[in-house]
Amino acid sequence: MTEATTAKRAQLQPPSSNVGVVGWLKTNLFSTWYNSLLTFILLGMLALTLPPVFQWAFIDSLWNSSAEACRNIEGACWSVVPHNFRFIILGFFPEGQEWRPILAMVLLLGLVIYSKERSRWKKSLAWLWLINLIVMGTLMSGGVLGMPVVETSQWSGLPLTLILSFFGMVVAYPMGIFLALGRRSKMPAIKTLCVVYIEMIRGVPLISLLFMSSIMFPLFLPEGVTIDKVLRALVAIILFTAAYIAEVVRGGLQAMPRGQYEAADSLGLNYYQTMRLIILPQALKIVIPPSVGILLSVFKDTSLVVIIALFDVLKTTMVTLSNPDWAGYSKEAYIFLALLYFVFCYAMSSYSRRLEKELHTGH
Amino acid sequence: MKPQDTSISADTIEAAIPFWRDAGKRAIGVQIIALFLVSGVSYYLFSNTQANLARQSIATGFGFLGKEASFEIGESLIRYSAADSYARALWVGVLNTLQVAFIGIILTTILGSFIGIARLSSNWLLSKVAAGFIEVMQNIPILLQLFFWYAIFYESFPAPRQALNPIEGVFFCNRGFIFAIPEAHSAHTAMGWMFLAVLVGGWFLNRWGYQRQELTGKAFPAARITIAAALFLPILIWALYGAPTAMNMPELRGFNFQGGLTFSPEFSALLLGLVLYTSAFVAEIVRAGIQSISQGQIEAAKAIALRPGQVLHLVIFPQALRVIIPPLTSQMLNLTKNSSLAVAIGYADFVAVANTTINQTGQAIEGVAMIMVVYLFFSLSTSIFMNWYNKHMALVER
Repeated sequence: MTEATTAKRAQLQPPSSNVGVVGWLKTNLFSTWYNSLLTFILLGMLALTLPPVFQWAFIDSLWNSSAEACRNIEGACWSVVPHNFRFIILGFFPEGQEWRPILAMVLLLGLVIYSKERSRWKKSLAWLWLINLIVMGTLMSGGVLGMPVVETSQWSGLPLTLILSFFGMVVAYPMGIFLALGRRSKMPAIKTLCVVYIEMIRGVPLISLLFMSSIMFPLFLPEGVTIDKVLRALVAIILFTAAYIAEVVRGGLQAMPRGQYEAADSLGLNYYQTMRLIILPQALKIVIPPSVGILLSVFKDTSLVVIIALFDVLKTTMVTLSNPDWAGYSKEAYIFLALLYFVFCYAMSSYSRRLEKELHTGH
Repeated sequence: MKPQDTSISADTIEAAIPFWRDAGKRAIGVQIIALFLVSGVSYYLFSNTQANLARQSIATGFGFLGKEASFEIGESLIRYSAADSYARALWVGVLNTLQVAFIGIILTTILGSFIGIARLSSNWLLSKVAAGFIEVMQNIPILLQLFFWYAIFYESFPAPRQALNPIEGVFFCNRGFIFAIPEAHSAHTAMGWMFLAVLVGGWFLNRWGYQRQELTGKAFPAARITIAAALFLPILIWALYGAPTAMNMPELRGFNFQGGLTFSPEFSALLLGLVLYTSAFVAEIVRAGIQSISQGQIEAAKAIALRPGQVLHLVIFPQALRVIIPPLTSQMLNLTKNSSLAVAIGYADFVAVANTTINQTGQAIEGVAMIMVVYLFFSLSTSIFMNWYNKHMALVER
């Protein structure tokens, strides 16, 4: 009965100006007079800027030519990248051994992609990471299985950037957890030490720690003992990152309700057991998204090692540009490098956002 | 069995617990061990350093500060020459850092707020352009951005003779960004004082208006009066002084410009890079702050018949600012700390001058210590302000 009556009524369509392309334009671009004005101003600005940029980058440009051919063109000389690709990415790594850093990077990126799925987060994954980092280090330094030894001074380019950021993050994380626990401790001496460390490191720029590592560390060591430049920079990055991780982990610890501690106490667990079995597993879960954020900023910050003359991927690009043949094409080379960083960082930041959404199981 | 035999006094319980099971005593033990370890390691490092310094015959201490610096600094807010002392050179560096940080913070706050609001716009195009800006700027290292802008200045801009001249009195060339400024005149000082006086007066007027509203319920448009006075009174002063319009125009003499105000390529690249990079983060903070206000608040404000301006002023801003200010301050601090990257593109900020000092004198420890102390001073003063602000603004609940 009711079905019959409803069927009889003519279905009123929404007005044609509210649906389809026209409707979309109307609600999203021309909803009010000032929105329309804004749209036209923006379109005008884009029309003024985009065509010349497009012309420079794609039409008047050369993609794979000699340096001489670039002298006569108006547009971009992208040739600087393919001609120096090996050097920009791998730097001074010895000829004929290129497969080693490439394999190391493939292993690392493969593991990163493998670790994305939350169903794979088990204890075995942590071991896999440890083994992978050891294999990476072995591949880079050599000395076993017939691989010739490669001094760390020859580690350069993208592998160095990745090693500094991932090794830095992996070593700094446990340190950060201890610092965070220390800061929440009831023992005044421990608490003061941790607070002073965290606040001091967070108060100074990374570059001052890098200076410290490159000029002061040699003075700290007894006569005859030296540690190499890469390791010194890595120590500075670890010391710096640990303080930031400590603050992130502290946020997670503070978010734990008091009931969790009391329940652990009532079970008769001691401090170590409470932390290991009850508090940290929950607190660390909360802080995974901001931790990815820290990895992202460590990855960006490793570019600062340029200033203490380590050959990371930014420095190898600059070396390329100091070659008289390719001097003057900084814009092209830097845009390529920016694209490279952007791909890595955008992947990390969108992953962090996705995790945050997935892990936000509350209301 | 007598009852008193079963009851054990507190003293005996204490005696019965071995010290390694007593939480209090154990805590003292752990702390003593920790302090011992830290001081032991420090002593070890210190003695190594002493031995190394003695072997390299480097004198410690800050005696070098009084010596002649004998290096030039490209730009300086105060009079400086190579014959001045290291202390003065470092002071020039501090002032340069403060200069770039101060201008950078103002520009970043303005640009970041605009982009954050644009990100929330109902205009699809504007919102997407803002989102694109934020993603690109956040995901490229600041150092790379600085190199990029610096490369634009020294590679793509012409020599002073062919300087780009988009409007009268503004020039872009590989010597920097040069523009005309008004000729110095006593009217400008008077206008500045007038502006300051209006701001102070406006503050008192606002307080009085608020108290009157509390007592009588009558609103007083103190903010509007202050804005109007701040705009018109300085112009009035300017007119009273005879409306001086003389401009100090930059002119090409020989190989470079004379007159006007010059921002060197280093300073311009640093400022541009810092402002663009940081304003992307500020935009996200502003967006989050505005989004943190629940729709119900705005609806409630409309329901009690507040005008749109009042909704913004009385309901949205006070609540959004509470969310925005703390992370905003830490971004401002980040900008100041990132300005130390000036050393990579050759702007003479504090770190760059300290670095030159270290290279010339070999006083590495003192140099690095000074860098750390200066930046710690900036951070600590910021966190003191933050604590005061948080206490002042904390939500007073029932």
